[in-house]
Amino acid sequence: MNTATQKKLFDSLVEIIRKTSTDLPKDVIQSVQKGHSCEEQGSRGDYAMRIIEKNVQLARLKSQPLCQDTGSILFYVHYPWKMDSEILAKLIRKAVVAATKKGYLRQNSVDSLTGKNNGTNVGPGTPSLHLEPWKKDHFDIRLMLKGGGCENVGAQYSLPDSRIGSGRDIAGVKKCILDAVYQAQGKGCGPGILGVTIGGDRATGYASSKEQFLRKLTDKNSNPTLAQLEQECLREANQLGIGPMGFGGKTTLMGVKVSALNRLPASFFVSISYMCWAFRRQGATVTSKGEIKKWLY
Amino acid sequence: MIQLAAPFTEEKIRALKVGDMVEITGVVFTGRDAVHKWLHEGHELPVSFPAGFKGGIIYHCGPVVMKKKGKWIVTAAGPTTSIREEPYQAGIIEKFGLKAVIGKGGMGEKTRQACQKFGCVYLHAVGGAAQVLAEAIQEVEDVYGLEQFGSPEAIWQLRIVKFPVVVTIDSHGQSLHKDVDAHSSTKLSELMTTISAKAKK
Repeated sequence: MNTATQKKLFDSLVEIIRKTSTDLPKDVIQSVQKGHSCEEQGSRGDYAMRIIEKNVQLARLKSQPLCQDTGSILFYVHYPWKMDSEILAKLIRKAVVAATKKGYLRQNSVDSLTGKNNGTNVGPGTPSLHLEPWKKDHFDIRLMLKGGGCENVGAQYSLPDSRIGSGRDIAGVKKCILDAVYQAQGKGCGPGILGVTIGGDRATGYASSKEQFLRKLTDKNSNPTLAQLEQECLREANQLGIGPMGFGGKTTLMGVKVSALNRLPASFFVSISYMCWAFRRQGATVTSKGEIKKWLY
Repeated sequence: MIQLAAPFTEEKIRALKVGDMVEITGVVFTGRDAVHKWLHEGHELPVSFPAGFKGGIIYHCGPVVMKKKGKWIVTAAGPTTSIREEPYQAGIIEKFGLKAVIGKGGMGEKTRQACQKFGCVYLHAVGGAAQVLAEAIQEVEDVYGLEQFGSPEAIWQLRIVKFPVVVTIDSHGQSLHKDVDAHSSTKLSELMTTISAKAKK
């Protein structure tokens, strides 16, 4: 990859970060509007949703972060197999530093031992890069920004769990999901979206639960068992009455996305990631010349 | 919509009830983790600043503030999670006679009791709504502890206009967080029972 192409790819990466941080994807905006319409006019839920919608418009208009917590930076990239992945990783880190300087990202990466923040968002573990080569000659670059408030209310269950009466079956999984929503109350900045993974180990389970957020809210799970579970959990969670911001109301969740991984006979994990209403994920097809060809959401 | 404008008298605060939707106009002071811990340790604020902190409103917020042409401008200012200040809040409400605490996610039993005893309320802002809330900030009047605490943790004195919040803990012992928790807990038990019954069939 020559210098000119690298420069173009760098610019495209900065633009993907800007758009992700300041502009909610269409499917999420539609869900926010749908959630808003379910709230009784003049209620606290309606009030919260009105502020949320206004915030979405303002952020896009001003090209400023939707939320001041610009979150964990999670890149999911497919790249042409001939490309040097080290160069790609370097370009992404450089783009993160530039986007932080421009104010699209907050200085958000703290040394866990010293408490120091070098202000660049680059350090051990940040940004988080998932880079996979493929046989195509273009890039598929997706980005998720996940704030700390919602990350803190994620939960992992090891079944059987006698506290909530969950066995190793779909009914048990469902109980985990509803319990996690109850535990989160309004603390995750709802109405939220859940990414859930049944099985895997503790690490792959959580990783896969986050990858569920790459799915469009409008899609349908191709596995009928999981599709049914998603629908039922969404419907039942919205009966809990927690509502937007935990103010009480009908829209507690806007979506539930579930995947299943194989597990060891000894383990049965249910890993649940919670995404706040400020569901920042975007992605683009980027040509081999480094230019954005098409937005993916 | 209830308008709550300065001065924030005990009478105005006592009139607020859980669930009220309120717009605040006046001066507030930001304070988050470092400031709460520091005040709790017994440190005193200088007499000159911040005027009005006593008997005023504290906002759990780490704003993004930029200096443009010698003037501070707030570009993002949503609330941060309040529960981290639970160990300190009640004591600070008592010591400084705070009339309101703005934040998100709610607070616990100690704060609820302090609100009741000393005539304070907890006002819940919409988490993530950084742009709407920054728009409601008209002016940065002053800042204290910028070097000591760093920008996000400093005490920023902000003039706000029609800043939207919901009363979720009032000065009469009521807490919306407690109510919503209790209601959703009952509903959760019902759903769990139904799931178990269906699974047995």
